[in-house]
Amino acid sequence: MKNKKVKISIRNIKKDLGGKSVLKDVNLDIFSGETLVIIGQSGCGKSVLLKHIVGLFTPDAGEIFIDSEPITTLRGKTLDNIRSKFGVLFQGAALFDSLTVGENVAFKHIRAKTFSKKEIDKLVDEKLALVGLHGISHQKPAELSGGMKKRVGLARAIASDPEIILYDEPTTGLDPINADQINDLIIHLREELAITSIAVTHDMVSAYKISDRIAMLYDGKVIELNTPSVLRRSKNTFVKQFINGDAYGPITSVRPF
Amino acid sequence: MFALLGRHTLNFFHQLGEFNLLIYKTFISFFKKPFPAKSLFQQMVRIGWDSLPVIIFTALATGAILALQTGYALMTRIKGTETYVGGIVALILTRELGPVLCAIMVAGRAGSGITAEIGTMKVTEQLDALTTLSANPIHYLVVPRVLAGIIMLPILTLITDIVGILGGMFVAINEIGLNQANYVNMTLRFLTMADVYNGLIKSVVFGIIITTIASYEGFKTMGGAEGVGRATTRSVVTICMAILFFDYIVTSVLTTGI
Repeated sequence: MKNKKVKISIRNIKKDLGGKSVLKDVNLDIFSGETLVIIGQSGCGKSVLLKHIVGLFTPDAGEIFIDSEPITTLRGKTLDNIRSKFGVLFQGAALFDSLTVGENVAFKHIRAKTFSKKEIDKLVDEKLALVGLHGISHQKPAELSGGMKKRVGLARAIASDPEIILYDEPTTGLDPINADQINDLIIHLREELAITSIAVTHDMVSAYKISDRIAMLYDGKVIELNTPSVLRRSKNTFVKQFINGDAYGPITSVRPF
Repeated sequence: MFALLGRHTLNFFHQLGEFNLLIYKTFISFFKKPFPAKSLFQQMVRIGWDSLPVIIFTALATGAILALQTGYALMTRIKGTETYVGGIVALILTRELGPVLCAIMVAGRAGSGITAEIGTMKVTEQLDALTTLSANPIHYLVVPRVLAGIIMLPILTLITDIVGILGGMFVAINEIGLNQANYVNMTLRFLTMADVYNGLIKSVVFGIIITTIASYEGFKTMGGAEGVGRATTRSVVTICMAILFFDYIVTSVLTTGI
């Protein structure tokens, strides 16, 4: 990853939530065009970190720069402009139940009111095709399966041609085949569209497959940052326990039974 | 004990501050584009049209009971005064019970619905999704609901007044034995436009209270389906208390001010 431009820079992020210190001191640089996967236990603050990057949370201390612009201190229009560089795939897809699949995918374009109905239909078909879906634009999200919802969520995330996509547990809750199809989609988007991606997951199969680099978050800090092949041979006992999925180790020092 | 009391007091003022901020943001978002015309219409249907059956039943029953109570009391205690029933029913309905009962019914129907919907959107990250898609949740969700409340509550209150008066008339004629001309005459002699306006001004305030508190409780929702349930209950209770509280405030301002 040498000679690469830094796209996102996370500097000394601290965040307390509900009296608990979730992020203690997080530092990360994400390069343009790479896929960085953040791994860590459930509830370790991965999603919270992801939401800081797109400005849904404001850190208690520290700064985040997107193309050298500090998203943490921006407001209003300028913040919206930076946000339009992002596409976000939420954990449960977060589709708007009251709207159809098509209205979800083209949400931003419909609101902008500068596109004709024809252009919007074309855009919806095109983006849905990109995630392997056809002829469902008139259905409501409630009629879709979990895997399809995630695909529609992904179609919505890429609808306005983002430079950065954030994935919050893209494969969680999917069967292995569906999960792997989502993995392939993520790889496809990176290769075809050169999108910078950050994915948060605890699915190691997915992490190894889609990542250029993996960062492990533990106790509010990044304890290791490496390419998948190097990380596999990590000497760090915390990382070892997590990637091997051991019930016992330094992360869970007390044996529950 | 004092620590607990202190924490609750702090919490109360913290929430009051957040709530005021929500109202402020809502009112400055009124003029932002794009104007949510489609969802304003949807909300007017949901808050107004869908509440009609409940409102009509409540109004009929209230008018009838008022006429029955006052009619019998007047007739048995000071003979002849029962002819005033029409005026009394109209006065109480337009100034007080019309706006208040109507608002409480709408709180139960539409207020709970608003909290449940926004709360569900919160716990399923749909609010976050709105923000990342450059749609401000206050502009997209709260503005059409508050506007719909401001428009529909006075209309519903007017319907409550009219239906209530008719319900009272029906009972007065059939149970108390007054004649229709006398009832109508007495109603018109008693009632001034100021009474009606008074009630309608209250209903606008109630419309704002219902929709803003319901939205606020929705935004604050945490913790899955259980959280949505809790938020909905708290929302309706808070709205009802706020309606009674502001009923007194508005009444005292209007009666001493005019």
